[in-house]
Amino acid sequence: MCDQTFLAIVFGPCDKCFKEKPLRPVYIKSEQLSYCSLCVEMMATEGLHENETLASLKNEAESLKGKLEEERAKLHDVELHQVAERVEALGQFVMKTRRTLKGHGNKVLCMDWCKDKRRIVSSSQDGKVIVWDSFTTNKEHAVTMPCTWVMACAYAPSGCAIACGGLDNKCSVYPLTFDKNENMAAKKKSVAMHTNYLSACSFTNSDMQILTASGDGTCALWDVESGQLLQSFHGHGADVLCLDLAPSETGNTFVSGGCDKKAMVWDMRSGQCIQSFETHDSDINSVRYYPSGDAFASGSDDATCRLYDLRADREVAIYSKESIIFGASSVDFSLSGRLLFAGYNDYTINVWDVLKGSRVSILFGHENRVSTLRVSPDGTAFCSGSWDHTLRV
Amino acid sequence: MSGKTAGTTNNITQARRTVQQLRIEASIERIKVSKASADLMLYCEEHAKKDPLLMGIPASENPFKDKKTCILL
Repeated sequence: MCDQTFLAIVFGPCDKCFKEKPLRPVYIKSEQLSYCSLCVEMMATEGLHENETLASLKNEAESLKGKLEEERAKLHDVELHQVAERVEALGQFVMKTRRTLKGHGNKVLCMDWCKDKRRIVSSSQDGKVIVWDSFTTNKEHAVTMPCTWVMACAYAPSGCAIACGGLDNKCSVYPLTFDKNENMAAKKKSVAMHTNYLSACSFTNSDMQILTASGDGTCALWDVESGQLLQSFHGHGADVLCLDLAPSETGNTFVSGGCDKKAMVWDMRSGQCIQSFETHDSDINSVRYYPSGDAFASGSDDATCRLYDLRADREVAIYSKESIIFGASSVDFSLSGRLLFAGYNDYTINVWDVLKGSRVSILFGHENRVSTLRVSPDGTAFCSGSWDHTLRV
Repeated sequence: MSGKTAGTTNNITQARRTVQQLRIEASIERIKVSKASADLMLYCEEHAKKDPLLMGIPASENPFKDKKTCILL
C-alpha cells in the first residue's frame, strides 16, 4: 500500500524574511513560494485596507456573483433547442451490442480507447487493468495493481503505455510490451502523488505529460519521465471526480467536475481557473468536451446532463426527463457532436439529440450500473463498462 | 487587528481569493447564446456526414459486424 506521505516538512530559508524555519507552500499569483508560518500570518493580515473585513469581502463576493449572473443573463436571448428547430429531426436509431468483453472479476470502473481505434484498456474494482482488442475480444495485456478500486485508466496517444490509479493515491504508468518474458509490473513508473484517491487521469497530447484529478480536491499536471509536478490546480471545494482535455491540437485548457457541483475550466499553463459553472444540483460525475472545443457536457447524480457553452459562458441545454431518476455516471459525444451518449445508474444508456434536447433512444443490455462510456476515436462505435463485470461495444 | 486567530485569517485569505476569482470571471468576454448555438449547429451539420454513429455504415465496412465463419471445403 501507499508508504510515502505526501506532505514533507521542508526546512530552509523563508522567501520573505530569509530566516531558517519550517516552510509552508504559498501560492501568490499562481507562483509557488515558501514562507515560514510567521510570514504567512503576516501576509494574510497586511495589505488589508481600512475597511476590508471579512464581512465586506463577503459582500463584495456576493455582489460580484450577482453581477456575473446579470451579465450572463443579458446574453441569454434564445434557447438552443429553439434555434435548433429548423434542423431535421433524427430518424430511429438501431444500435446493437456487437461485442461483449468478459474477463473482469469485479465491477468495471473505467475504460479508454487507444488511438488505433481497436484497443481498449479497462480497469476494475478487483485491481486488474486489462488491455483488449475489441475486434477479436482477445485480452492482450493484464496487470494487477496493488490496490483495489482502480478508478482511472488512460491510454497513451502513442499506444505504447497505459496509466492507471485509484485508492493508492498515485497514478502509475505501465509501458506496454509484447515480450512474453517481461513482467509488466516490473516496468511500472509511479508518476503522480496525491493525498487522496485518484479519480481520473488523462495523457495530454504527448506521452510525456499526464493530467490527474483526485479526491483531495485538486488536479495536477505531471511529467511522466521525472515524475515531477508541473502545475497544480486548486479551486474545487470537494473531491474532483472527472476531467477532460480540450480537443484542439494547440489546446491548453481542460475542464474538471467535482462533488462541489461545479465544473471548472482551467488554463494548463498558468494553473488559473478561467470559468466556472455551478448549475447542477449534485455531484458531477463526468465531463466531456464537445468535438469543436467550444462547449462541454456534464453528467451528474441529479439525473440530468447539461451542455455548457464556453464562449457564451452559460448552460445552454439540459437533458433530462421526469422518468429518469438515477444519476448519470458517464457521458460522451458522437463524432459530429450531434448525439450525446449517457450511461446511467439505472443500467441503461440514453442517447440524446444534443441540439434539440430530446432523447433519441434508450439502450438496454447491462445488468448493473453503467460506470463508464467512451466513443471510439473514429466514431464507429462506443464502449460501455458496467458494474456487471462486462464491457459492451 | 486585535483578537485575530488563525481561523479568521484563513477565512479572509479565502474570501479575498474568491473575490479575485470572481473579478476575473466577470471580466471575460462573452458572446450571445444565439451566436453560440448557431455555431454549434453549424459544426454538427458540417460533420454529420462523417459521423458513423449518426449515418450508419454499410455492413461491409463495419469492423464490428460479425463475420460469417469460414467453411473449409
